[in-house]
Amino acid sequence: MLEPFAYDFFVRGFVVAGLVGALCGLMGVYVVLRRMSYIGHGLSHAMLGGAVVSYVMAFNFYLGAGLWGFLSALLINTTVQRRRMLGADAVIGVITTASFAVGVAIISRYRTFTRNFEAALLGEILGIQPQDLLAVAVMTVLAAVFVFFCYRRLLFVTFDPEVAGYYGVPVQWLDSLFALALAGTIVVSMQVIGVTMLVAALVIPAATARLLTDSFHRLVLLSVGIGALSGVAGVYISYYLDISSGANVVLVTTGAFALAYAWSALRHRLAAIQGLRALD
Amino acid sequence: MLHPFPHEPRGETPLVEFRGVTCGYGGTTALVDVSVSIWEGEFVGLLGPSGAGKTTFLRAILGAVEIYRGQVLVEGRPHHRGRAPAGYVPQVETVDWNFPVTVEQVVLMGFAGRGWLPWAGREERERARAVMERLGIAHLAGRHIRALSGGQQQRAFLARALVSSPRLLLLDEPTAGVDIKTRDDILHLLHELNHDGTTIVLTTHEINAVAAHLPRVICINQRVVADGPPAQVFTPEVMSRTYGAPMTVVHHEGLVLVAERPHRYYEEHLARSRAREGDGDA
Repeated sequence: MLEPFAYDFFVRGFVVAGLVGALCGLMGVYVVLRRMSYIGHGLSHAMLGGAVVSYVMAFNFYLGAGLWGFLSALLINTTVQRRRMLGADAVIGVITTASFAVGVAIISRYRTFTRNFEAALLGEILGIQPQDLLAVAVMTVLAAVFVFFCYRRLLFVTFDPEVAGYYGVPVQWLDSLFALALAGTIVVSMQVIGVTMLVAALVIPAATARLLTDSFHRLVLLSVGIGALSGVAGVYISYYLDISSGANVVLVTTGAFALAYAWSALRHRLAAIQGLRALD
Repeated sequence: MLHPFPHEPRGETPLVEFRGVTCGYGGTTALVDVSVSIWEGEFVGLLGPSGAGKTTFLRAILGAVEIYRGQVLVEGRPHHRGRAPAGYVPQVETVDWNFPVTVEQVVLMGFAGRGWLPWAGREERERARAVMERLGIAHLAGRHIRALSGGQQQRAFLARALVSSPRLLLLDEPTAGVDIKTRDDILHLLHELNHDGTTIVLTTHEINAVAAHLPRVICINQRVVADGPPAQVFTPEVMSRTYGAPMTVVHHEGLVLVAERPHRYYEEHLARSRAREGDGDA
């Protein structure tokens, strides 16, 4: 049972998976409730471009990819606001896919780092270095601090951005900070989960929690808990089954979603039966 | 329905003043050359068809519209960004009813612009509870917002606007889509709040059911068509210009009733068939 914990790389992967799960679970609440899933999906792809460019230019990976992602988010935002006839989904499609293509183009030109490319695409949790663990830990703390101190304002902005502004909430500031935190989250999670599956880590814990509660506070706690638990469970199981850790984390989270779905279906059925009994 | 007497307008400067305001969004004008003063203690209804600029009027008070000409003054000053001058109750249609919040969580949003802790302080909780009790929704505090009736939903959002004790209360179509009993309850509640000193501005497109019960009505169709008590404002000319359709006004035992004239198409049809009958006779 405890055998894999004898390896340093496994312990690191285990801790990182828990942190990334909790971090994505936390940010995912807002992503899901603001219906930004597609932005999350697009941004994670866009950042591959940033990651590759910073690799080629020997620039710090986290700063390079994070900045690239943040700028893509701002670009999407301004384009959507200035060309309303386009619609957010089309703009996201244009900007993030173009950015992804930049990454793929550079990789195909150099061909020397296909191994890292695969890690970024599919996630390679057991190759995590101590500095990656540090980056994940710092980002998790930053996101937790951000959400803690802006919790009530963020709730209002997520619920109704227009009216939140009328009540004196600095909506644009919060939106920009949130985009920054989301970009940071995606950058540090990229190597763990992989670009192609990252949106699942963001969306599934929050969606699962949403099936279980109608209260925002409980939703946040549940989503973080589900994310963290599926992260560590996914890594642990993947060690024994010898399958990709990123994919396995996503599969475990999906299992949790299926259970929550079954539970909510059962609850509705029971409520209906009780309602009928009350009529008799 | 019995209403407490409207509060006497008071103060030296108007609480809200529009000085020749032309405003809109992204170059499209929604209101043209509007000059209106609203005094503390007033209860004002903005009446007009959809697209007439009623919501824009409220948003101009909140500083959320581009002003092309003129000035909007609140408490004698131009609007500051980030300062909430008024409690605002949005139209229920614009609310995301699937969002996971309880009634109490919605009400506590009224304090969201202050403090940096994720939970509400004891004073805020007590204030929220007091307002919910006053509005008769305290027993629903833990309910999800979708599990409320139309009137209860309206009250939850009214409570959010009231927790910070605003001098001015703005409501966008507070009686849209609720049944007659709920509509009268809401109007009665608003009259009570007004009687206690809160200045109220609401929008409505219901002439007889809502506007006729308010002490002051401003008829809007891009421009201000008329402004005054319903008995003076409700004339066939004003109503026709506001709604862009012929209207009949009936005065009966101190009541004013406004009714739509038969549809123009129907009238023309009648006229044509009468003419045809005339041809047959000849």
